[in-house]
Amino acid sequence: MLGRKEALAILLDQIGESPVIHCNGYISRESFALSDRPQNFYMIGSMGMASSIGLGVALAQPNQRVIIFDGDGNVLMNLGALATIGATRRENLYHIVFDNGAYASTGYQTTLSDRVPLEKVAQAAGYRMIYEAENPEALTTAVSNMFQKMGPGFLLVRIDPHQEDNQFGRITHTPEEIAERFMLHFGN
Amino acid sequence: MVSAEIFVKHLEENGFNFFSGVPCSLFCGAIQILEARNDLPYISAVREDDALGVASGAYLGGKQPAILIQNSGLGNCLNVITSLNMIYKIPVLIIMTWRGFEGVDAPEHIVMGKGMERLLADIGLPYRILAPESINEEFRWAVGVIRREKVPPVLLLKKGVLC
Repeated sequence: MLGRKEALAILLDQIGESPVIHCNGYISRESFALSDRPQNFYMIGSMGMASSIGLGVALAQPNQRVIIFDGDGNVLMNLGALATIGATRRENLYHIVFDNGAYASTGYQTTLSDRVPLEKVAQAAGYRMIYEAENPEALTTAVSNMFQKMGPGFLLVRIDPHQEDNQFGRITHTPEEIAERFMLHFGN
Repeated sequence: MVSAEIFVKHLEENGFNFFSGVPCSLFCGAIQILEARNDLPYISAVREDDALGVASGAYLGGKQPAILIQNSGLGNCLNVITSLNMIYKIPVLIIMTWRGFEGVDAPEHIVMGKGMERLLADIGLPYRILAPESINEEFRWAVGVIRREKVPPVLLLKKGVLC
């Protein structure tokens, strides 16, 4: 099964200089550990908000490709934002969801994503493209195809819920630093 | 009273250029005016935290946003305010209508109407009450808070100000 680290590595290889809004939890921490960039926005709280924030960035910067790295628990918590994104139909927004079916950083309690197909919710909400991937080859192809087309795109990446997550710690930047350097990337 | 057109004019003249929210009738047409903007029309959000999240993203992308919400939605925003806006220093203007002012309103507004100021003070959000004769000054105050403190200022809009 595809691991989160491997999935992140494949994605980081294809995103170029694009800003990425990361949801809270191990997605932020592992991305920070793998490849920290000023245009990575890491959330340490406000669970569920990566999607809404990503939409806001995409609206403010219509000429930039804006990417969200989200989690199934986060998406479920702010499911309504799929509607806001679907309705607004932002062409430069790409929503990538790491679905491990669990709330990893609180002890791997299960989420509802095995019973509620998030990609179907996104499709019904109006996302232009829906992709799914659960192995490295499929992920590489899906990302490459998705980025060539107009968004909003939704890519559900099924990843292994069994992970050794105690190997990386919290993000060392302060929240203020994270926001400041992210904004500087756009020249603000 | 002040017309919704003048209200929006002052808002835009003070540099606010991105808008989202969830409606309240006390906005008296201001949201519809903002929805008709050619450049970056108001984004209709599904809930008040969604509106604040979208506005926060717009701030990160270089805009100066404001959200328009009813005070019944303040509770929905608390996690975003306390674990995003106040700690990352993302100052979005929160224009919030005051239902339940002095405990007079429909039942669902009474508790929040009476407790709102204490709640804002307890979490440390600066706020002022809009008056028809000083709308522009209050927006200027909000801009000052945004520049100096980088936390979301709150402007409270009571019944009778816009309509």
